[in-house]
Amino acid sequence: MLPLKDIRNGLMVAGWFVFLTFPLMVIKVNPVEKTIVWRWPNMLYVAAGSFIAYLYVKLAQKNKKAAILVACWTAYLALPLIRYFMYQDISILIWDTTTSIYAAVGAFHMILTLCLFHKHHILRKILSGIWLLFIGTPVVMLLAQAAGKILLPKIPAALHFLTPFIITIEHIQFWNWIRILWVALACYLLYSSLQTYLASKRNIMPDHLTNEPKIRWSQYLYKRPVYLPLLTFCSTFFLLFPHLFSTYQVNIMISALMYVVLGLGLNIVVGVAGLLDLGYVAFYAVGAYSYALLNMHFDLGFWVVLPIGGILGAFFGILLGIPVLRLRGDYLAIVTLGFGEIIRLVLENWNDFSQGPSGISNIDRPPLPGVDLSLEGSIVYMYYLTIVMVIFTIFVVNRLQDSRIGRAWFALREDEIACQAMGIDKMKTKLTAFALGATWAGMVGVLFAAKTTFVNPASFTFLESAIILCIVVLGGMGSIVGVIISALVLILMPEYLRAFSDYRMLVFGAVLVIMMVFKPRGLISSVRRTYTINDETL
Amino acid sequence: MLEVRNLDTYYGNIQALHDISLHVEEGEIITLIGANGAGKSTTLMSISGIVPPRKGEILFQGDPIHELPPNHIVSLGICQVPEGRHIFPDLTVAENLDMGAFLRNDKKQIARDLDYLYDLFPILRKRRHQPGGNLSGGEQQMLAISRALMAHPKLLLLDEPSMGLAPLVTRQIFDIIKKINQEQNTTIFLVEQNANLALKVADRGYVLENGHITLHDRADALLANKDVQKAYLGM
Amino acid sequence: MVPGIVAFTGKFFPHSFTLLRNVADIMDFFEPDYFIELLFSGLTKGAIYALIALGYTMVYGIIGLINFAHGEIYMIGAFTALIVSTVLSIYGFPLLAIFILAAVAAVVWASAYGYTIERLAYRPLRNAPRLSPLISAIGMSIFLQNYVLLAQTSDFQPFPALVPDFAFMEPVAHIVGSTDLVILVVSVIVMILLTVMIKFTRTGKAMRATAQDKKMALLVGINVDNVISITFITGSALAAIGGLLIASHVGQINFYIGFIAGIKAFTAAVLGGIGSIPGAVLGSFILGLTESFATGYVSSDYEDVFAFSLLVLILIFRPAGLLGKSTIEKV
Ligand SMILES: Nc1ncnc2c1ncn2[C@@H]1O[C@H](COP(=O)(O)OP(=O)(O)OP(=O)(O)O)[C@@H](O)[C@H]1O
Ligand SMILES: [Mg+2]
Repeated sequence: MLPLKDIRNGLMVAGWFVFLTFPLMVIKVNPVEKTIVWRWPNMLYVAAGSFIAYLYVKLAQKNKKAAILVACWTAYLALPLIRYFMYQDISILIWDTTTSIYAAVGAFHMILTLCLFHKHHILRKILSGIWLLFIGTPVVMLLAQAAGKILLPKIPAALHFLTPFIITIEHIQFWNWIRILWVALACYLLYSSLQTYLASKRNIMPDHLTNEPKIRWSQYLYKRPVYLPLLTFCSTFFLLFPHLFSTYQVNIMISALMYVVLGLGLNIVVGVAGLLDLGYVAFYAVGAYSYALLNMHFDLGFWVVLPIGGILGAFFGILLGIPVLRLRGDYLAIVTLGFGEIIRLVLENWNDFSQGPSGISNIDRPPLPGVDLSLEGSIVYMYYLTIVMVIFTIFVVNRLQDSRIGRAWFALREDEIACQAMGIDKMKTKLTAFALGATWAGMVGVLFAAKTTFVNPASFTFLESAIILCIVVLGGMGSIVGVIISALVLILMPEYLRAFSDYRMLVFGAVLVIMMVFKPRGLISSVRRTYTINDETL
Repeated sequence: MLEVRNLDTYYGNIQALHDISLHVEEGEIITLIGANGAGKSTTLMSISGIVPPRKGEILFQGDPIHELPPNHIVSLGICQVPEGRHIFPDLTVAENLDMGAFLRNDKKQIARDLDYLYDLFPILRKRRHQPGGNLSGGEQQMLAISRALMAHPKLLLLDEPSMGLAPLVTRQIFDIIKKINQEQNTTIFLVEQNANLALKVADRGYVLENGHITLHDRADALLANKDVQKAYLGM
Repeated sequence: MVPGIVAFTGKFFPHSFTLLRNVADIMDFFEPDYFIELLFSGLTKGAIYALIALGYTMVYGIIGLINFAHGEIYMIGAFTALIVSTVLSIYGFPLLAIFILAAVAAVVWASAYGYTIERLAYRPLRNAPRLSPLISAIGMSIFLQNYVLLAQTSDFQPFPALVPDFAFMEPVAHIVGSTDLVILVVSVIVMILLTVMIKFTRTGKAMRATAQDKKMALLVGINVDNVISITFITGSALAAIGGLLIASHVGQINFYIGFIAGIKAFTAAVLGGIGSIPGAVLGSFILGLTESFATGYVSSDYEDVFAFSLLVLILIFRPAGLLGKSTIEKV
């Protein structure tokens, strides 16, 4: 199936990577004790890995569908192996529920593979239906589980015969890995059904014969029948989240949601106004430390400091913005980076002011008037606060983009000179974007300090800025939905990769590169709103 | 010498050229005229390999070149003077000319060609140590043409050499184009807005409209053509 | 609340006066030995920054990308040198041979990494929106750091002293070390070689042409992809030399050294005007000297703060850096 040329090139690539990684992967020295360890197996792994990766990329270039299928199959087949090697778990070999589900997945998979290359349309639709059922089931079960958890204490004992059904779901541990499978398959299904959908909508003419730009799947998100149910589902999910998952999960979700807000804030600066800010975390730090310090010295509460944090953020934004916003693109980038580092280094070294690297602890959590919250309760409270913050941010950002100033930002991003010629005050417009972005960072900073009850400079490194920037770019620069999705993906991914703790940042970096190489315009390219001017009013 | 068959070229999903076919014989001057955005520059860029065609073939001296990288195409002897001249602004005039001979190794012949060009455009000799960016528009056009000639091309693609120049300078440049064609036997593919002038120096001409070739004839016949006169000659 | 304010301000103010350490230290201003020591440490620092900054500025000049992974190349160069020199010293090679072989290995592998990174992470993004390659570079930087962390170790590794103490340096050894001398000499030689290459060789000319006008470079027959690869390889080789020199100067390395050095070198490149090669060298020496004198005379805690403040100050007065051309950005 694969041409010989690809195999030969693959071998050459493998050889190159063996050479490339030779000193670092194979040799390990101990300069003190003067010993060398030669790790030859690593060489084999590198060779095999790069060879397979090369062939896979070649395959993907030729046939996208086949490549996705191969990925699904690999995930499917590799799971028991990974399970075995990581946990010494052989449960897959014993015939039980887990195994039967696993087998069912395999069978479906097989059918799909066979049918995929079959051009029969109806067959494919039926298959899609089956898949939808198959994937829908766990979602329904999940909701049932939640309902059961909440309702269980309230239902009369007579109805408890229902509970085994609900509770069994809780203790089956195969969820954890089967879910991964579901995610992979859901992705595949979404992809193929959207393909079918698009194909049915589009004219028969292949798209290279029309002059219209290709329809992007993201545009379907803006269609009513698609986004309404999706929105309902998502909002229910997020509202019920603390009741569905453990405190640990809720904590993770809170920080993911904070990054959503940070992403949306930076999106104003980078995505909308086109100003490359690499030191966004500085304003975040300003917010966090303003709550920490004001709380420590003056006992100011969360609700008082929240606006103060925002204002301080904006103040620092303007302070930095006035001198540096004249700089062009990449100069601005490095100056903001420098500013971010200055703030962090000052916090780290000025012990009397910020207590240095050890940070400030015992910051008050946000109080709920009249209620004494337990630890768990306060986390849930925090969760809802963050949700409110997210909604507020989305609302404001959305309104801003359609406003006069929002259009000025877009215009400025596209062409500065033309804008000035049309009478847009460049400096003021940029400064507004910069300050507004900083305001959000300041407010999330306060939220962050309140959530962790502890701040230290290590939370505000360049890596944070980089991650927030990645969220914006990966989301597709200027798209709100894109930013939300990519924030959730980028923040939750490393958390759930904790099982591979050592490898998670490695994978994170690789994912960034791969995403950019294969989707350079981000997940969702922003759809520009068009304004139609009524001829009669002119 | 050059044969273009059924070329389709796209920018992303936007098709700029539809089924273009044309041919250029050795020693000829041919011209391609058309309105703004007709796809003239795109045709040249497709030939040079900068915007490779999606469909169709380009044969140069019988060999297909439409899948070759641009540097390879240059090495075969096809040179282009792009629209807007594209002088390397920070290289001196002499260095700019030197870049034109980038793929050549025959030092002596290069020196002789340089002399020939300096004689052709004496102003360049005077300015040879100045950065290219400091020349005037007309001087830059002369430099751009000379730079392409330094490669000793068999086929010279010229994209709007008269753009932004005073009529007198334009005339001068066209005279030189003719001279190069006659003295060095360089084949010339001329793209022009100034259809009148172009058709006067050319042997044959093609008319391009919205990415389609609509007319092809001898230059004098095109000059006499009513439609061409109305659309491109302003008569 | 009032006691709070008093305590707050009380903690707040006295500190700023201790920035200038004390009166006795101020007297050091007039001690020539101390001054020369600082001068040389500043020059050494500047030379190292310059070696790294050149890679940044060359890559930026040619494809307009802030190559965040460049600091990691420097770190990989240092690690390769460490591994090779340790292996060789175990097998009992003489010091000079170790130094040369380690340098060669560092250069070879760092260049190989530079080349591979460009092929994998940047070349597919040649026509992508401006920020995409930047994110790719950040991803690459995170990846490489963790790759070295996992393949080698997270601890600081002692780096062998590859430069012996020269006898003729004995009288001034308390001011200028032998390593400083080697760093200065080597980096000056390398920079001269680079200048010659860029000014006079065919490749150098192709690089300059490509940096100025990519489309035209293609049209005169330059293989732009190759030129870009060569730029990455050259930049990486310089960074590797820098990595080797600084590692044997400082005496220890870990996977994280690339980050801060990279940021500083980039700062230096911007200071001088990014894209300009003399600018990068000038910027690096200014940065090195500023850091050295500021830490020597004012406070060592704020070394990086001085560096970045200098950057902000210079860019306020010269928005395109010291030797950069102030062009209007065209998008
Ligand atoms: N880089 C590009 N990206 C997208 N579309 C382009 C690009 N360059 C040209 N086009 C489109 O291709 C078509 C042909 O352009 P081309 O530059 O070939 O025209 P032209 O005939 O040279 O016009 P002119 O006389 O103005 O130079 C135009 O519709 C133009 O909008
Ligand atoms: Mg044109």
